Amino acid sequence: MTSRLVLAAWWGCWVDPIDHNGAVGLYRDEGVVLRTQKLGEADRIITLLTRANGRVRAVGKGVRRTRSKFGSRLEPFTHVDLQIYEGRSLDVVQQAETIASYGDRIVDDYTRYTSGTAMLETAERMTAEEKEPATQHFLLLVGGLRTLADGAHTPSLVLDAFLLRSLAVAGYAASFEDCARCTRPGPHPFFNVAAGGAVCPSCRPPGSVSPARETVQLLAALLTGDWPTADQTESRHRREGSGLVAAYLQWHLERGLRSMPLVERS
Amino acid sequence: MYEGVVQDLIDELGQLPGVGPKSAQRIAFHLLAADPVDVRRLITALTEVKEKVRFCRTCGNVAEEDQCRICRDTRRDLSVICVVEESKDVVAIEKTREFRGRYHVLGGAISPIEGIGPDDLRVKELMTRLADGSITELILATDPNLEGEATATYLARLVKPMGLRVTRLASGLPVGGDLEYADEVTLGRAFEGRRLLDV
Repeated sequence: MTSRLVLAAWWGCWVDPIDHNGAVGLYRDEGVVLRTQKLGEADRIITLLTRANGRVRAVGKGVRRTRSKFGSRLEPFTHVDLQIYEGRSLDVVQQAETIASYGDRIVDDYTRYTSGTAMLETAERMTAEEKEPATQHFLLLVGGLRTLADGAHTPSLVLDAFLLRSLAVAGYAASFEDCARCTRPGPHPFFNVAAGGAVCPSCRPPGSVSPARETVQLLAALLTGDWPTADQTESRHRREGSGLVAAYLQWHLERGLRSMPLVERS
Repeated sequence: MYEGVVQDLIDELGQLPGVGPKSAQRIAFHLLAADPVDVRRLITALTEVKEKVRFCRTCGNVAEEDQCRICRDTRRDLSVICVVEESKDVVAIEKTREFRGRYHVLGGAISPIEGIGPDDLRVKELMTRLADGSITELILATDPNLEGEATATYLARLVKPMGLRVTRLASGLPVGGDLEYADEVTLGRAFEGRRLLDV
């Protein structure tokens, strides 16, 4: 109450709009559902990555009931157009319309589903602050889910491409050609997660690994979107590449993804 | 804050799902005002539920004996197993009186984002039950949400080499609803699963 009294003294009137039923905090945005958690009898807390408002947590009232007006619109992997009003502690979803539903096609294939879940968890972890705009992450996620649902590429390649690009958007782009320390032009035989990618023999820190040249080429192709090169790689190079990407991600996130050990690598 | 045991009771009640601090306080004062006989009956019920109730060794449903009532019932169809996520789902299906087979309770659904994988569910136990060759049909009745669908997809893939008939509960429009309010996925599923009207 003190703060309201102080504000009233500053502005010469009461300024809390909610108490006076004035302007209600209502906003419209589009977002991808990242995660849902049960709340009370029939509600769910929906975590979304939105285009304009970044990561948002909002309550979907009655969404667990079979007669819910939201139906499957607030299920993970769904790209929705939303109307949300700002609550005291959590926002509340008022309306939702589907823009694209990727869940149906992703869940039909268990390998695709586990890769997709890791993408959703990465998007959530990369946007640490709620309501901080993260448009690039949003666009990257929508593109990644579309590619995954289309099934044109191996799910684990789509996941690794998403992880590398997501890290790049966050400012942790790995170097696969020039030395990550001295920028000497490559290719270089060593790779060090802490150094930020490929390292030359003179800069090589202890604990560096020496992956196959094809593996490094694969990772570079995934980062730049060179799918013809990536699709032609052998499974052993894909496995090695996935290991490097997972280690690189864990180094920057500090804590591993819960979904990562459950990802099926075909 | 109340003193001693009253506050302890409010704190304990507040641990229950869906019970907030205000509700906990209301329940605590209801119990304080209630007849001691009623309160003792509640205490007995709570003690007995923890002492007597266990999980059925066959299906994982809640039971008071080694096996649940359904698994002990010899009149039920032994060739069909219906896979559900929780014991609550068994009750919901039993209410329909449509299913005469037996159940298998998984204890949840696959949710990688929560760190729950197939090894955290009663999947191995299901495979052991299917291995004896007496089962001809497996009905996947996991929840019609993403985790439930993923669990059904995983189980169907796992069971496929056994040559069983694997079915999934139908999805579609809820009875009594308006078509215009149905979301795209539900309406799409309803179209996929449309049936011939034999009139």
